[in-house]
Amino acid sequence: MEIGLAHYLAVAAIIFTIGVFGIFVNRKNVIIMMMSIELILLSVNINFVAFSAALHDLGGQVFTLFVLTVAAAEAAVGLAILVVYFRNRGNIAVEDINLMKG
Amino acid sequence: MTPFMSTLSLIAPEIGLTLGALVLLVGGAVRGERAGNVITWASVGLLVAAAFWGLRSAGTAPAQAFGGALILDQLALFGKTAVLLAAALVLVIGAGFLKIEKIVKYEYAILTLLATLGMMVMVSANDLLTLYVGLELQSLALYVLAAFNRSSLRASEAGLKYFVLGALSSGILLYGISMVYGFAGTTRFEGIAQAAHLDASVGLVIGVVFVLSGLAFKISAVPFHMWTPDVYQGAPTPVTAFFASAPKFAAIILIARLLMGPFADMIGQWQQVVVALSALSMTVGYFGALMQTNIKRLMAYSSIANLGYAMIAVAAGSQRGLEAMLLYMGLYLITTLGVFACILAMRHTEGMAENLDDLSGMSKTRPGLAISLTVLLFSVAGLPPVAGFAGKLYIFLAAVEGGLLWLAIYGAVLSVIGAFYYLRIIKIMWFDEAAPAFIPSDLVLPLTAGAAAFMMLPGAIWLLPALERWTQAASASLF
Repeated sequence: MEIGLAHYLAVAAIIFTIGVFGIFVNRKNVIIMMMSIELILLSVNINFVAFSAALHDLGGQVFTLFVLTVAAAEAAVGLAILVVYFRNRGNIAVEDINLMKG
Repeated sequence: MTPFMSTLSLIAPEIGLTLGALVLLVGGAVRGERAGNVITWASVGLLVAAAFWGLRSAGTAPAQAFGGALILDQLALFGKTAVLLAAALVLVIGAGFLKIEKIVKYEYAILTLLATLGMMVMVSANDLLTLYVGLELQSLALYVLAAFNRSSLRASEAGLKYFVLGALSSGILLYGISMVYGFAGTTRFEGIAQAAHLDASVGLVIGVVFVLSGLAFKISAVPFHMWTPDVYQGAPTPVTAFFASAPKFAAIILIARLLMGPFADMIGQWQQVVVALSALSMTVGYFGALMQTNIKRLMAYSSIANLGYAMIAVAAGSQRGLEAMLLYMGLYLITTLGVFACILAMRHTEGMAENLDDLSGMSKTRPGLAISLTVLLFSVAGLPPVAGFAGKLYIFLAAVEGGLLWLAIYGAVLSVIGAFYYLRIIKIMWFDEAAPAFIPSDLVLPLTAGAAAFMMLPGAIWLLPALERWTQAASASLF
């Protein structure tokens, strides 16, 4: 069986779904949420590279490089905010992030 | 002029802002905390200078930079001017608050500059890549701003919530972009428009829906609004004022440009999505507001409802719709900044007065502020004879013309229900027992509130035609 575009897209869609579920179903730890966000971004990268190869167009791969860079910046900012939160709160359990409600 | 030089001159305001932000960052790092004040005022100067520098291209033909990745038309110019001036005003009215709360740090102004830069890229994006980079530049700076008061648990919780949900929405947006790229074969808006015109395949439709969901988060449209009340309440008040004004403006222009530009031929597919977002936002915005006692949370629901109205006009998908949307958002920007100037002026000795009860009897203790806030709330509620009424009227007219009669009726009915709530606040201010008076505030706050209120009054009738001329020119650039 030859591995074609559809297979790559299916893998990306599965990883994307796992990432989204990781954010909504996970009730334990914020770090796991950040890992889920990375999963989502990586699934998008698979999509871009697969389309780029199928279309014989470099644009998608350029986009992937941008996504990787921004993902790194995003992780840095997110972890910094998480450290500040941990200093104020003392833990990072998801069910404790409930100071404001409504 | 060589093509490269003409490209540089097109984006001169952006380059100026970037260099300015970097120079100020180095200056802040060298001088330390003492430089906070100087850097804030230098940033205000930079923002205003960039706005006026940009205005020199008013009335010129659309031009593209970087091989078409960026476009500078009248719509982008309108968005940039509004965003720059709003950011400058937020820095001015927030300075006093930061001083009293002892969080004067030079990073605040620099992050505002960078977020504004991101918004400028967003409003002139002509390629999905530019769109994404601009949006992320804006979002990353805003995540940090939300958690800016490092010693406050509320602020860091707001920052964390905003970050997690914001990153999720960026992921959804990106997934949509990858689908659009795959099925249209390009990320350039003109190319996507061609592909959508030839054949709106299923993949393209999925892409549009995902992109729209990701962007709906940025304008806090229901059902992507969960973060808004918490972030508005937790973030420092000047940052909340910023969140409620400039980013919303930039994001709704971006949505309009996308839907009426590259995806214009797919209106049959996206119109129902926008109609649903709009109807839900208005409903949740008004009914959510009924339960609130904190004025910052109330403003969050008010902005949700207001963006719902703006989306009615987007759903119409016509030039009239775009024009009405721009006019409405222009008035929304002025009103919001005025209301937040009032909120910033409300302070007791022990801290900010954020509860609605604190407003009671304000007409006796602070009559000037009470009059300004009353006019502004009339405008938010969309009651005649204040300018907010004209904004809503234009939107309803555009919706009826676009065949969305029932949505216009629904919006009108809801705005009557919403008016009840805003009138209740006015009643608290004018007819309830006087609460302890606020301590005197910076003169700039009542002045800003007064100026914003004055612009909403029928006396300032010159404002509407001027704004209308400009929105007409801006909306013509997409049709």
